[in-house]
Amino acid sequence: MITRRTLIVGGAGALLAGCDRLNSSPAFRDLLRGGEGLTMGAQRLITSRSAMAREYSPAQMSPVFRSNGTSNPDTPDYQRLAAGRFADWRLTVDGLVRRPLSLSLGQIGRMPRRTQITRHDCVEGWSAIGKWTGVPLSLLLDSAGLQGDARYIVFHCADRSGGRPYYESIDLIDAFHPQTILAWALNDRLLPIPNGAPLRLRVERQLGYKHAKYLMRIEARDSLAGLHGGRGGYWEDVGDYEWYAGI
Amino acid sequence: MEADEDKAAAEPPETVTRHRLSTRIWHWLNALTVFVLLMSGLMIFNAHPRLYWGEYGANSDYAWLEIGSTADSGYLRVGSLTLPTTGVLGHRTDWSGTVRRHAFPGWATIPSTYSLAAGRRWHLAFAWVLAIGLIAYWITILANRHWRGLLPHRAELKPRHLWREVADHARLRFPRGAAALAYNTLQKLSYAGILFLVLPVVILTGLTMSPGMNAAWPWLLDLFGGRQSARSIHFICAFLLLGFILVHLVMVALTGPLRQIGAMITGRWKVEKEQGE
Repeated sequence: MITRRTLIVGGAGALLAGCDRLNSSPAFRDLLRGGEGLTMGAQRLITSRSAMAREYSPAQMSPVFRSNGTSNPDTPDYQRLAAGRFADWRLTVDGLVRRPLSLSLGQIGRMPRRTQITRHDCVEGWSAIGKWTGVPLSLLLDSAGLQGDARYIVFHCADRSGGRPYYESIDLIDAFHPQTILAWALNDRLLPIPNGAPLRLRVERQLGYKHAKYLMRIEARDSLAGLHGGRGGYWEDVGDYEWYAGI
Repeated sequence: MEADEDKAAAEPPETVTRHRLSTRIWHWLNALTVFVLLMSGLMIFNAHPRLYWGEYGANSDYAWLEIGSTADSGYLRVGSLTLPTTGVLGHRTDWSGTVRRHAFPGWATIPSTYSLAAGRRWHLAFAWVLAIGLIAYWITILANRHWRGLLPHRAELKPRHLWREVADHARLRFPRGAAALAYNTLQKLSYAGILFLVLPVVILTGLTMSPGMNAAWPWLLDLFGGRQSARSIHFICAFLLLGFILVHLVMVALTGPLRQIGAMITGRWKVEKEQGE
């Protein structure tokens, strides 16, 4: 006999199973992904190119700035660089640029710097406020000279997860934003290894996974297709996270 | 529709238009949208089941609410009050005998197995439906003047009147016949509270969690007292919404569920013959 209880429980179960089936349907996932385009379009429409992320006072900083993701890349190359205090580390800037660069940490440290106390928002939901010092990305890109067909800046990292290298990418609007810096210091100390030593990206109007750590190479590209999984970032490829992480 | 209501006041006809088409469309759209948003929201919460006040908040900071687990039990902590929730929150053994330590169980989340990325895809897509639907409904009820039926008259807000309605509701004595055609004060207060307070606040606190929106509209952070406060208020609003839905469903069940659901589908409502009480 069908009781009201079995009807309700059965109905709820069917609804849940329906959601799970929709969730694994590629066509439905594409539909949901449409929301990302809408969000990015709407946010870009109401946000000026130079609209700034909030900057805080030293008194508002988190007592502890936690790290997330890789806390110490386990590749022999990175371990050798870290053992030498990154004296042999070089940042490559190449791809669609007129003058490819190869810069040491000392050279980057002598470039004009920007210090900002900003809030780091993890996609998981937590936030931490820290003080970052680094070179504006726009200075590096200007000295390398972007070619006319460059559309994206890709950040190749030293850390690997599940055999895949970590990487991220942003468009030129975020790349040339005044708060987008390559940070070599956190809270007035050289960047610790768990937070991405020797150099990490800060792209303050997006979520934490966009802020690539352990930078090795910056590449200007006209398209994200053909690079790793083709979605423009490690988590975008592996977990279907949004490429535009402004929300 | 207006004419129907005027006539209803004078001499109740057999059937009246109880719900406008716009109200019916918005109701069923939200029945789906809010269901998806609540359940995908719980999935997102599972990624970091702790709530804070202020701008920042992470694992080493004090959380005013936390769902967690010990070796063999689950708990919900609110302030200094800890409630055991083994079997539901924080720690449960699923149908296959596997111990799951997610804050909210799989039967309450979309999707039912842990995926922050998928939860976000559902949540952020359906948030558009909720926001556009709410604004469209606001414009519609402003144009068709339905909003006036949602705001209580001054006399209805007098404590004596409110108390009598609360007492009548507690005794499950509900208006019948022609008196049931207009919203009573408790209905007006809850519908208006959801429509003009909880829904806008849940949308705005959602936007306050967006680093992109913080750059575009920095006043959002000041309005809600910081990103982590906004996240806490977002969660509280979600549970106010859930509470509203549960009470709403109980009231429908107590006042003739088939007639009520039928009226929300067709809009038509057969007026009961009034009998002297």
